[in-house]
Amino acid sequence: MTYMRGTLIRNTTATRINHWITGACFVLLMLSGLSMFDPVTFFLSGLFGGGQSTRAIHPWIGLVLVLSYCGLIVQFWRDNLPSRDDWAWMKAFGRVLVNEEEGVPELARFNAGQKFVFWSMTLLIPVLFATGIVIWDVYFSPYTTIETQRIAVLTHAAAASAAILVWITHVYAALWVKGSMRGMTQGYVTPGWAWRHHRKWLRRLVAAGSRGPTPRSGGRARGP
Amino acid sequence: MADLQSQDYIRRSASTMTPPSIRNHEQEVAKLIDVSRCIGCKACQSACMEWNNLRGEVGHFEGSYDNPSDLNPSNWTLMRFTEWENEQGNLEWLIRKDGCMHCEDPGCLKACPAPGAIVQYANGIVDFISENCIGCGYCVKGCPFDIPRISPVDHKSYKCTLCSDRVGVGLEPACVKACPTGAIMFGSKTDMKSWAGERVEDLKSRGFDEAGLYDPPGVGGTHVMYVLHHADRPSLYAGLPDKPRISPLVAVWKGIFKPLALAGMAFGVVAGFLHWIVQGPNEVQPEDEAHAAALIDPPDGKQ
Ligand code: HEM
Ligand code: SF4
Repeated sequence: MTYMRGTLIRNTTATRINHWITGACFVLLMLSGLSMFDPVTFFLSGLFGGGQSTRAIHPWIGLVLVLSYCGLIVQFWRDNLPSRDDWAWMKAFGRVLVNEEEGVPELARFNAGQKFVFWSMTLLIPVLFATGIVIWDVYFSPYTTIETQRIAVLTHAAAASAAILVWITHVYAALWVKGSMRGMTQGYVTPGWAWRHHRKWLRRLVAAGSRGPTPRSGGRARGP
Repeated sequence: MADLQSQDYIRRSASTMTPPSIRNHEQEVAKLIDVSRCIGCKACQSACMEWNNLRGEVGHFEGSYDNPSDLNPSNWTLMRFTEWENEQGNLEWLIRKDGCMHCEDPGCLKACPAPGAIVQYANGIVDFISENCIGCGYCVKGCPFDIPRISPVDHKSYKCTLCSDRVGVGLEPACVKACPTGAIMFGSKTDMKSWAGERVEDLKSRGFDEAGLYDPPGVGGTHVMYVLHHADRPSLYAGLPDKPRISPLVAVWKGIFKPLALAGMAFGVVAGFLHWIVQGPNEVQPEDEAHAAALIDPPDGKQ
């Protein structure tokens, strides 16, 4: 990938491929799962070739999602560790919402909202996986009692709903904060974007002479 | 099994519209199984296989008269044998014909996510419409009696149809026809209840003080009922539930949770859209680029 000159690398090619495999799996799981959730969304099963095939394919996509998300955990966990700035950012959240930058603290690679998305999914995806296995009737129904399966299906539906809410927040934030989307499609952001949203991250990159995504990565953050 | 037609339905799984039943003159039917008259000959089991043309795999002897050892996709009714030593120290051989109870409020239908895969006819019969079944196993979780079985061959759920195809043309279910002792009776639910009343009286006069009819109110009553000599303890009969009801977990999942979750998701999307039209996107400003450029390449040349 050739990045625009004078830009910063927000996500490496490997990270982006990993992210979009995860995203594709999640969207497919959401559509196939919702089709089994309520009559009004049953028509979505048509996208997967009907009810039987939707039911059959959903857990397999889930398996891919889990593997793929593990990759994201490995790549992102360090930058998502809580820090003092998270609290300050949350207190300034009212300003963040109205696109006002005054009084919002300088931030490292991720803000508390992004960390919330990361940790929520890190919790919910394993829950979905564990409960999903229990209700994967074809292969696993003999190993649990019906009562356990009842708990599992309710928990699966609850965790899925929570994950979908988190996903809506995640997608909206990416559309709202201009320039973020390119950070995950083409992988780069402009220095101004970094200054505006992740100033500490920018300062660290500049201090380390790195082009990103982390101060340890090579390249120099220099203009043309 | 038989799909009759939609105007015969009073309930249809995963459907937002109740079908317009015009068969409200239809009598509710019931099968009455008089456990006290059953001799365990399994004629009903054979008749069921015969009529429905089902031949299960030959299994293994499991040390009990139960044969096969459990209900399965090609065995919709099963004689379950219990040896029970009563208070007087006498052995009682309790034999119960297990199978779908055709609940008035069917948990299977409530749990089913596939439109029209489970229906209930005006006569009370709960039927699985196999072509709509997706094989998810939710009916298994919904059923308080552990009845439906998913076929590993075609991934569809099967259970007793109460011979809806026979009843639809005025015949009695195959098991009823085959029973040599008259332990299985079939007719309108009212008739069956009054017949059961007579049987219960008779049993009481013969010393079974707790004899009674099993028509559990927790599921709104059933269209398959038992006359039990120990109606105070249904669970003696190979674990027949004492107080069956749709599990609260299933009721919460399909009742309150579903609309709440969908409303939550819709709210999330609407909130995002409103934020977009009220506040709009957060765009990087030229000053931001200028500040960043100054940081990266300080004007005074040092870094
Ligand atoms: C992580 C691995 C996952 C596995 C193994 C899994 C497995 C399953 C299984 C076995 C079912 C029952 C239907 C069927 O047999 O296909 C199911 C239902 C469902 N799944 Fe998943 N799933 C996973 C992830 C997800 C995710 C990420 C979502 C949502 C974003 C999701 C949403 C749903 C929904 C909404 C249902 C229907 C629940 C209901 O009817 O109330 N699943 N899942
Ligand atoms: S006994 Fe089970 S399968 Fe039969 S109608 Fe009741 S809930 Fe459905």
